[in-house]
Amino acid sequence: MTLDTVDRLEIDPLIDDPGTRIVVCCGAGGVGKTTTAAALGVRAAERGRKVVVLTIDPARRLAQSMGIDSLDNTPRRVTGIVRDGGAAGGGELHAMMLDMKRTFDEIVEAHADPERARAILENPFYQSLSAGFAGTQEYMAMEKLGQLRARDEWDLIIVDTPPSRSALDFLDAPGRLGSFLDGGFIKVLMAPAKVGGRAGMKFLNVGMSMMTGTLGKLLGGQFLRDVQTFVAAMDTMFGGFRTRADATYRLLQAPGTAFVVVAAPERDALREAAYFVERLAAEDMPLAGLVLNRVHGSGAARLSAERALAAAENLDEGRIVDQRAGKTQGRDAAAVSPEPPAVEHSPETPHEAPSAPPRRDAATVPDASPAEAGRHGSPEAVPPNDIPRLTAGLLRLHAERMQVLAREKRTRDRFTALHPEVAVAEVPALAGDVHDLAGLRAIGERLAAGNAGA
Amino acid sequence: MSRLQVVSGKGGTGKTTVAAALALALATEGKRTLLVEVEGRQGIAQLFETEALPYEERKIAVSAEGGEVFALAIDAERALLDYLQMFYKLGSAGRALKKIGAIDFATTIAPGVRDVLLTGKACEAVRRRDKEGRYVYDHVVMDAPPTGRVTRFLNVNDEVAGLARIGPIHHQAQSVMRVLKSADTAVHLVTLLEEMPVQETADGVAELRAAGLPVGKVIVNMVRPHVLDEDAVREVSEGGRAAVAEALGSAGVPEPAELVGPLLEQAAEHAERVGLERSQRGLLTGLGLDSHELPMLGDGVELAGLYQLASELRKQGAGE
Repeated sequence: MTLDTVDRLEIDPLIDDPGTRIVVCCGAGGVGKTTTAAALGVRAAERGRKVVVLTIDPARRLAQSMGIDSLDNTPRRVTGIVRDGGAAGGGELHAMMLDMKRTFDEIVEAHADPERARAILENPFYQSLSAGFAGTQEYMAMEKLGQLRARDEWDLIIVDTPPSRSALDFLDAPGRLGSFLDGGFIKVLMAPAKVGGRAGMKFLNVGMSMMTGTLGKLLGGQFLRDVQTFVAAMDTMFGGFRTRADATYRLLQAPGTAFVVVAAPERDALREAAYFVERLAAEDMPLAGLVLNRVHGSGAARLSAERALAAAENLDEGRIVDQRAGKTQGRDAAAVSPEPPAVEHSPETPHEAPSAPPRRDAATVPDASPAEAGRHGSPEAVPPNDIPRLTAGLLRLHAERMQVLAREKRTRDRFTALHPEVAVAEVPALAGDVHDLAGLRAIGERLAAGNAGA
Repeated sequence: MSRLQVVSGKGGTGKTTVAAALALALATEGKRTLLVEVEGRQGIAQLFETEALPYEERKIAVSAEGGEVFALAIDAERALLDYLQMFYKLGSAGRALKKIGAIDFATTIAPGVRDVLLTGKACEAVRRRDKEGRYVYDHVVMDAPPTGRVTRFLNVNDEVAGLARIGPIHHQAQSVMRVLKSADTAVHLVTLLEEMPVQETADGVAELRAAGLPVGKVIVNMVRPHVLDEDAVREVSEGGRAAVAEALGSAGVPEPAELVGPLLEQAAEHAERVGLERSQRGLLTGLGLDSHELPMLGDGVELAGLYQLASELRKQGAGE
């Protein structure tokens, strides 16, 4: 199975479809997930959608490219969105960064009376929990997604997922919260507050206070009291938490949601992508396809790495011959220096005298006048003896590129063999990073073209 | 040299590979290193091409010099149960705690407990001695969470020591912090010569320093050779196309005229990257840290490549 037989992930129909209300970008760290989310946002807005992009932890430069400078929990309108030629217009792009503590605080404030809310917000246990220990970011990302969807101000929400230990944590977070709330542990923690019930409960209470006694020893009494106060204060809110977590989970399964798995053509990233694809299927989450970032292509692909290297060696040998011809001595030195020539300019290398032209005819470089042209001075005047060296460099670069291509293809084919059903969009590698809206737009165009060779 | 070597880096920079290569490099003759993984991804097992690691220290490789590398995938839940068992002999009570969800709570929801357990286990391995009083492991190398989270991860014990002001967790947290903030520890950051990883490295160094954690080295990974620079590419692009075609033809390349354009395009991309890399390297130099550079391996990292990187690290003095 090769990529040619795989369906192409068509980005434009996906983001143009008014039925698409949520796009979730997920994948391993460092594959360009956030950039993909932002580029999809720009493209969808310029094609007429009213879009909000929820980023979790964007690199500063990427945030700046959308004009968001500081951490802010409120969607801000991005300026500079231009209507795409054939599009309906009326598109808008809004962007925000998740502030998990702020999001958590807002939930507390919205769902508890002021006095209780203050007790919770001041609780030391709550303060560390909300400041972002394991899992909080995932809960809050999903909570924020639910909120944005409920506001119904945007017709497309694009979500970036947290840079988790596992890319799947955000899927597990709501369930984990649920099992915690359903478990007996909360009741144990609350037990001291509820002691003194019916006589029949007495035995149970003894067991529980033994348990809390152990926990107290382990954690320190004050810490346990903080936790207990927190749990007691949050008690009335737990039901709401679970309801919302369940609702968000169902939202992710709904037909208006599309998951886009992002990867780079590297073994680890694609392994994680494969795992994600399987997991989404197991959870009945709708997968749109795979975005494969940073794919290399070559306009000279018909020249194989092997042939390019062989040709480069021919050129090197030619130069050694030239040097022999140009120098009366040093024949032995040339013969015992089989290694490739210096790869960068080395100013020490003497120019060949014009009287000893390289074997490759100097006359084909019409305006070459090596005697007077400085090595870096006038670009039109390439010293003829440089040509074989530079050409060998071009060929070596090409060989390197072809090796990269072959490796990427092997990795990709392995994924495709496992998941032939997954549609793929390839995004060609860029030399530099994205700095502005134009850069995001360019990525969006490449995403929509979906083919590295194109 | 530091006995606990923590390896972090932005996602995608190859920190697991570098951690594994470092563990091999430190396992010189007669030495033993422990490579620990804390994120439950089984990256080490995949690198060494073995089956998934259980929660147990097992020998995973012998270095070129004959030193031994052990590996451990730390599992927070198991570490907690071990810990309870060790301090409280909580055999069945441990199971009861698990049943009511207390273990889940402690390892996934309670702030920082998970990270306390993971760092605690690594520090325990650092301090462990055999019957003769020698260290069991000469070095412990940790494949840590990525740069964006590593400071919080390592510093969690400080926070926990503040939350749980008395009791064994408090003491445990404090003793872990003593190891992590001492010269026994070095936190290395892996980066690529690209803008985002370099920026993240600079931010990471600042955060680690602000938290009083010992910053080790910058390890630049996947460095590619510079075949041609900008000047060279400009030279040929602007004046030598015909000559290049000629040279290609004479070297036996078929239809050379059609290849000149694409080849020059690739060269221009390469030159742009060379320029970018130069400026990124400058930024890294500005951090004032020692550094190592590891080459990009042509075929991705297979087991042989890991040994190659280890020998490269040793050549660059990583074991001294």
